[in-house]
Order: sequence, then structure tokens, then C-alpha cells
Amino acid sequence: MSAEPTSPAPTDGSFVAAALSNRSFVAGLFITGLIAAMALVSFVWTPYDVTQLVVADRMKTPSAQHWFGTDHFGRDILAMIMVGARNSIAVAVVAVGIGMGIGVPLGCWAAARGGFVDEALMRFNDLVFAFPALLSAVLITAIFGPGAINAIIAIGIFNIPVFARVARAGALSVWPREYILAARAAGKGKVLITIEHILPNIASILLVQGTIQFALGILAEAGLSYLGLGTQPPMPSWGRMLFDAQTRMMVAPHLALFPGFAIIVTVLGLNLLGDGLRDVLDPRLRRER
Amino acid sequence: MTAWKSILAATALALASSTAALAARTDVVIGIVLEPPHLDPTAGAAAAIKEVGYANVFEGLTRINSDGSVSPALAQSWTISDDGKVYTFKLQDGVKFHDGTDFNAEDVKFSLDRARAEDSVNPQKQLFAAIDTVEATDATTVTVTLKNPQGAFLYNMGWGEAVIVAPESADGNKETPIGTGPFKFDNWAKGSSITIVKNPDYWGEAVALEKAEFRIIPDAAAAIPALLSGDVHAFSNMPAGDALPQIEADSRFKVVLGSTEGETVLSTNNKKAPFDKLEVRQAIAHALNREEIIAGTPPGLGTPIGSHFAPHHPAYVDLTGTYPYDPAKAKELLAAAGFPDGFSATIKLPPPAYAREGGQIIAAQLRQVGINLEIIPVEWADWLGQVFTEKDYDLSIVSHVEPMDIGIYARPDYYFQYENADFDAIIAELDVTADETKRYDLYKQAQEMLAKDAVNGFLFQLPKVGVWDAKLEGMWENWPLAVSDLTKVHWTE
Amino acid sequence: MIPFLARRLLTGLATLLLASVVVFAVLEILPGDPALLMLGMNASPEALATLREQLGLNDPVMVRYVSWILGLLTGDFGRSFTYSSPVIDLIAERAVVSLPLAVISLLLSTAIAIPVGIFAAARRGKAADTLSMGAAQVGVAVPNFWFALILVYIFAVWLQLVPAGGFPGWKAGLWPGLKALILPSVALALPQAAILARVTRSAMLEVLGEDYIRTARAKGMPRRHVLWRHALRNAMIPVLTILGLQFAFLLAGTIIIENVFYLPGLGRLVFQAITQRDLIVVEGVVMLLVASVIFVNIVVDICYALVDPRLRSNA
Repeated sequence: MSAEPTSPAPTDGSFVAAALSNRSFVAGLFITGLIAAMALVSFVWTPYDVTQLVVADRMKTPSAQHWFGTDHFGRDILAMIMVGARNSIAVAVVAVGIGMGIGVPLGCWAAARGGFVDEALMRFNDLVFAFPALLSAVLITAIFGPGAINAIIAIGIFNIPVFARVARAGALSVWPREYILAARAAGKGKVLITIEHILPNIASILLVQGTIQFALGILAEAGLSYLGLGTQPPMPSWGRMLFDAQTRMMVAPHLALFPGFAIIVTVLGLNLLGDGLRDVLDPRLRRER
Repeated sequence: MTAWKSILAATALALASSTAALAARTDVVIGIVLEPPHLDPTAGAAAAIKEVGYANVFEGLTRINSDGSVSPALAQSWTISDDGKVYTFKLQDGVKFHDGTDFNAEDVKFSLDRARAEDSVNPQKQLFAAIDTVEATDATTVTVTLKNPQGAFLYNMGWGEAVIVAPESADGNKETPIGTGPFKFDNWAKGSSITIVKNPDYWGEAVALEKAEFRIIPDAAAAIPALLSGDVHAFSNMPAGDALPQIEADSRFKVVLGSTEGETVLSTNNKKAPFDKLEVRQAIAHALNREEIIAGTPPGLGTPIGSHFAPHHPAYVDLTGTYPYDPAKAKELLAAAGFPDGFSATIKLPPPAYAREGGQIIAAQLRQVGINLEIIPVEWADWLGQVFTEKDYDLSIVSHVEPMDIGIYARPDYYFQYENADFDAIIAELDVTADETKRYDLYKQAQEMLAKDAVNGFLFQLPKVGVWDAKLEGMWENWPLAVSDLTKVHWTE
Repeated sequence: MIPFLARRLLTGLATLLLASVVVFAVLEILPGDPALLMLGMNASPEALATLREQLGLNDPVMVRYVSWILGLLTGDFGRSFTYSSPVIDLIAERAVVSLPLAVISLLLSTAIAIPVGIFAAARRGKAADTLSMGAAQVGVAVPNFWFALILVYIFAVWLQLVPAGGFPGWKAGLWPGLKALILPSVALALPQAAILARVTRSAMLEVLGEDYIRTARAKGMPRRHVLWRHALRNAMIPVLTILGLQFAFLLAGTIIIENVFYLPGLGRLVFQAITQRDLIVVEGVVMLLVASVIFVNIVVDICYALVDPRLRSNA
């Protein structure tokens, strides 16, 4: 039994070394880096202009000119995937940011205070959470009009109760531990304890949840765009591309394959990165190895 | 154990039904894209209501055929007074509604009076606007007196909204439609399918089918596998998109391309600056490359139009050359109108693929001449509210599917906001002209006027992509009305 | 346990009431006129006014809210504007598709995920772990509608083993009904299973790293015994959280999958109702879904309390 909790983030040197020796982390970092780089490059260069429609060249199969082929308007699919990447990433990052930024403090607060605050907060959470997320996103976009910003808000709002719940459940299981009791006995405040002991202890489960929500964020954006409620043309979006591809699966499967793969690879990369991070950051799990 | 049993049972059943099919198949599954909100054609505008019920369940005094001609239905014959105002209909004898009640002249009077009543919710109330009185002379004779002669009256009485219903059952038609047709309503599994079955007591020629199911298949993505896997036998108008060549190449299916009444136009707000300037509208017309728009709007089979008129109609004039594709000319005109650097505007696109995909091509084409369009997708509810009612729009794309609807340009306050007294005069004259040659001449004048004024961007006539099992016969090839008339449909083996 | 339950039910009801206000308010600001949509482009103003009056759209907001709530309390969900049939009938017709779909998917995903997660945790770092978690990683990343498309083209179009979509209705028999639900539930379940397997594994590892487990192991308790008796029990909390989330998701989040397979379920009903501004249907379905989510949450909370008595005083 360890008397003192270990600090979560090892000092710089050992963190980098530990991270680089973690295969998941390295693979995830590589894939995510690649996608991010692709998104960044698209700001300054794409193989073709994605706003340029060349109807005569519609639905060409992959070739030397168009590595991933062209879509139903004759646009270069590689270029669209590059531009679509920044859209997907932006939507998911902001949506998870909203969820974590609001949800985790709420959950921790509820766990620390207990009683009425806990009750009120969790019931409020229940209220948001009780509304089916995708359905509410559809409603939100029906009211405010379809578009990337409204999609972000819709996805973000429904991340809040998810993080709040997970943070609270995690925190509740940490609070009764002996060293926390000891810290309380020593007169430490709840906020301080939360920051020093609770958060580090629930960080790993939040990270796992974070990667799941990030994945879900990208998937949700794809889903909303697929329903025509997310990012609007002429801005390319992976979900939108899948929607356009769906009716053309039999004649031009490459239209569905490449955006589908782009989503899978991105989400896969993010999840590997998250897994790696968790292994590196969570000392108890590392000790077990 | 039970699982095995049910598999065996299913196999046996499948065998049984396939042998039955060899004998003579009498059931059919028709795919429809939109689910009707209810089944009363006299109380809702949704085309899907008529697609299911027209000629199958409900009948009118007259009916419209697949070639657009009018023929007798519940009225077996009629006479018209010399001044063209009094129509005397002789009704079919011994007709019964599906609930067993008798059909007679009183039902006709009831239906027409109900449709034109003050509190009527009939979506095509203007069809009955010319009627002054309806009298049931005797059980099988109805006399209709018009306020003024109307050339299209018999045609109007053949529309799906002018069907004859019974006072006993009219209120329940939304849920359980009761008509006089060769098919009876059987079942409606909401969201899934509507089934109709043969009416054994039908007054006219018996139909070949015992049972027909209309299965709701919302989009191309679902329609293609449904057809290929044999779940659905026919689509009157299939949302096949780019997969059409694939289906055409498959010998199991027949693909029949036909015409519809759908003029697809780039609706333009004629009163909103800068679209109130003729030069701007002409510039847009010159900037539109119809061939490219058609090629990029699957299945790429639209017929180019230069005015608001169906190309298959005898009075059609080809006006596609009025303002030919010429971006340089478009830029000149824009400069002349005071926009040398172009301008920005919005285009509101309703859900159908022709609008959403065609709109992107049009936006790209107009960008070439300096007009930057912001694309705003809208649902039908918003389209009807914002664009159609409040006229809060610059441009939009819609297919106007009502037959012979060039008269909408003369309507006061219609959403195009087109005002031209000369045009209104032509339409007013058309309304009281019965002579065919004169009518055609007036139609021609009307078309030319709209084309010259570049009221809207006239794009293409929507094609009807009929796809059905190669062994199925009797489906409509053209669509003067958007219906699935099954009265002549049968299997060939 | 009884006071705990009573309080939980009470707060559930309060949430439901609050939700009804939110739902009603949100739909009040939804633009679009249902009457116009029903009558279409050629409708005359008089016909529109008549229809609005018939639908009760002209009454003041509060009157409509109160009559709606009172109706709900007596089990009357109102009448659909567009279908002109009772909302409750529509819901019942759709629920017999959505509910089995959600349950089958959940069972399928749980049956795959929990054993895989435990197994992977027990074999941490071994090939079996790497392999199953690798598969789970990919599974999490696959959009379910994309997966559904692939399934349709392989099993319905190419192999013609199952229908491409649609639902024959339970009247057609148990097997045809189930057959129509196979592909949709697989498409729904697999990504869910991948998530659940990952959570199960990481929760197990979390618990296995706990001091008391290590103590138990140190005391010489057999590994299997520790795994099943102690670790699993404690690992159930996060797993239950996720399961609760997933069931809620499955009930309403099937909109996209129902569209791919054109299944007449609740998701599509409400999606259509939103686009057609059939407000009374949207309100009814959303309330029902909200109620079922609240119910599932209460069940999850009870499970928490059963699994971990310490949480009982806190809940």
C-alpha cells in the first residue's frame, strides 16, 4: 500500500522517454501527425482547387492525375479529403473541448460537495443527457439551420453530461481512499484535493473517454453531414462525401472508400494516441507491466 | 429446433411461392420515394397521396391517361352547351363505393361542392373556381354550370384532387380511403408500406393484379439494393442516380425513360435588387450552361428548356437559344447593369437532389461571371415558409410539377414576383378560349414572353426514370400526372 | 434501498417535467408552418386559415402546453398533423421495430464485448490482447452507416442472403421480421461492441491495479478467482455507465441506420416529423425517449447501488 499518491505526470525527460518507447503512442502520434499535417498543408496547397467543378471529368477512377479519382462533380478526391480533414478535426476538437471544459469541473464539483449540489447538478445533467444526442442535434440544426458551427454546438452540448458523469463516477470511487481521508484530516480543502489527487487519479479514465468522445465527435460530424445537417457545400466534408457516394456505390465505389478510410484512419490514430498517453501517464498501470 | 423448423418452413414457403409465380403472378411491389402523409387526395398537396390512390382507389368524372389525353371515368359521357358553360354528365350505372354504399349524382354534387366550399382544404381549389352551380338532375345525371367557359374544364376534372368521394366516408379518407376504383385500400404500415387489393365488385374492366404493395423507399441509396435484390418490382420514377447504366445493363429490368410535367427552374426573385434588372437576369441566363447542369444532375437525362413549358406538349416552342451560354456576354451585361465586378447573393436549395446538386453546379457557373452565391440548404417547410410565402430569397431551384402550369406567372404575388400586364392578358384569354389552335398560339406567345424577360433561369424538364421487372407490363411510360396507375399492370408469365 | 428508490423516482419525474417544458419551448421556436406544408404551393389563404384553426395552432402557447401535458397524463399523446392518426398509435407501430432493434444490438454488443474485454485484460500484453484490441480500435473508428452500406452490398446485393432493407412487419412472421433486423443490428452493434470492449478492458486493468487486488494476489488467491470475484465486480461501474449510455443511444440514435435500411422505426418517425413540422409527433416521441432514458438511468443507478453499497449513501 503506497502511503503517498504518486504524481501523475513524470518529469519531462522520463515522460518523453516513456512515451517514445510506447508503440501505441508512437503509431498514434505518427498517424495523427500525418492527418494534421495534411490538414495544414491544405491551407496553402492542394493538388486541385476543390471549388472548381469539372463536370466532364466526373467520377473518374484513381489515376496518375487524380490519385484518389474524382467525385460526381469532377473534383479531385484527394484534395477534398485534405480540406475535409481540417473541417473534421476542428469540429471534433471544439466539441470535445466544450464537453471536457464544462463537464469535468461539474462532475468533480458534484463528487466533492455531495448533497444538494451533487443532486442538483446530476439532475441537470440527467436533463441534458436524457435528450437523445443525435436527435437533439437534428432539432438544433432544424432551428438554427444546418452548418458546421451549429453541428459543433450540438455535438459539444451532449459531450458535457458524458464527461460530468464519468468524472463524477471516477471521483466518487477515489474519495473514500485512505490517503484522501488522510489529506482531509490534514486540513486540505476539497478544491485542492480535487486538483492534486482526484484529477490525476481520474485522468486516465477521462483520457479514454476523451478519445472515445473525440472519435465519436468525428463520427458524429460525419453522421450529421451525412444527413445533410453538418458542414455545407462547397466546403468539403468527409461525411458529406459519404452521403454523395452512397447512391453511387455500385458505379464508383472509390467515392465511398476514400472518405470512409480517412475517417477510420483518423479515429484509429487518435485512439492509439490516447491509449499510448494513458499508458504513459498512468503510473499504476505502468508498474503492473 | 424451432429455428430449424422456421427455416424449413420459410424454404417450403419460398418454393411454394416460386411455383405459384410460374403459374401467374398477381402481386406486385412498387417502390415510392415519399410516404403520403395521409391518403385523402382532396385534403393534401403531397404528390405521394395521388401516386398511390389515383385511378387505383379513387376515380373522378374524367381521368387523364398516360399520354396526357382525357377519357371518361365515372362520367360515361357528357354534353357541353353551345356557350361552353353548361356541362351535362351522364354517370356510370351500378357503381358502388368500397364500403358498399351506392354511387350516384348526389355524391358528385357533394364532392364538387365540398372541394369549392369556403372551408375547403382542397390543395387545388382553383380547379373548381369556374364552377357556378352543381345540380344532381337525376340519379345518373349531373349538370355543372360554369361562371364562364373554361377550355380545360374536362382536363381539370381528371386531376387527382377532383376525385369523387362519398359523404358517408369522406371524413375517414385520410386513414381509410373509400373510393370507387378497381382496388380497395387494405393496410398501411406507417413508414413502411401501403397495400391495396383487388376490388371484386368493380364496375368496369377487372384488373389483373390481386394485390399491390407500395413500399416506401426514401432515397437512391436504398432504392438500388431494393431493386437489385428483388424486394421491389417497379418504380414509376426511380431515384436511380448514377447507378442507372448499371440497371439498364441488367436484363432482369426494363428501363423506360419518359417525360414529366416538371419544369426545373432557377427561381428568381424578380422584385429584389439586383434581380429586378433585366440585364442581370439576362446575364444569369447567358452564364448558365444547361448541358453541364444536366450532365451533373444524375441521371443526367433532363431535356433542356428555354421557357416554362413541357417539351412533349404540342404547343411547345424551343426557346433554349434565346440567351445561349456565353460567359463573356454575361459579364458585359453585368457591367452594363452596373456590376462590372459582379455581386454576391444567396441561393436557397430544397432537399431534392436536382436542387442540391444542380445548385452547386450553378453556383460554380455563376462564379465564373463574378456572381458569388452562398448556398443555403433548406427543408421543404422552410422553403415554403421563407421562399414561397415570404419571398425572402434571391435565387432557388425548384421543379414545378403541376401539369400546364404556365399560368402561375400571372398570379398576383406569386413568389417569382413577376409582373407583366401583357402576360396576364394572355393567360386571362387562355382561360376563356376553348379553340385548340387559338390556345396553342396563346401558349406560344406566353412562352416567348417569359423567355425574353428571363423571368427565371429555365433549366430542364425533369425526366421520368421508369424502372421495372422485365416481365411486368402496363406501367405508365410518361407522367402527365405523377401517379402509379396499376389498372393495366400485369405479369407476362 | 426504498427511500433511495423513492427519491430517485421523484427526481426522475421532475426531470421529465422539466424536459417537457424544454421540448415544448424548443418546438415553439422551430420555424415553418405545418399547415402550409400539408397543403402545399397552391393552397389558398382561406384553406390555410381553416386548417390552422382545425389543428388548434391558433390557441395561445400556454393553453396548448397545458392541454398537451394533461393529455400526456391521461395517456393521450394527441393526433398527428400529417398522418391524422393518434400519435400513440404511430409510436406503437414504430416501437415494435426500434425496441427489438435496440435490444438485439445491445445483447449482441454485450455478448461480444464483455468477454473480449475481460479476456484481453487478463492476457494483458499477450498476442490475444493485442489482436482483439487492435480489432476493437478499428471497430471504434468505423462509422456505422459506412459499415452498414458495406454490409448491404455484400450480404443483400451480392450474396442476396438477407433483405437490403425495409421491414415486413411482425405479422409476416417472427423469422422474416428478425431477418430484416439482422444487418441493421450488426451494423449498430459492432462499433458499440468495440467501444464496450475497450472500456471493459481498461476498467478491468484499472481495478487489477488497485491495492486490494494486488494484496489479494499477494496473499496467494488464484488469478482466476481474483479476476472474476473481485475485479469484475468493481470494474462493472464504468461498464454500466457506458452500457446505460449505449442503450439510450441505441433507442434514438438509430436515425441514420434506420435511413440506410429504410426501417420504419422511431428514429425515422421523428426525423420525418421534424422536417414535416409535425410538432405533436416530435413532442410525443421525444418525451417518450426522454422518459426511457431517465428510466434506464434509474436502473443503472440501482445497479450501482447493488454493485457498490458505498455509493448508496451518496446517490
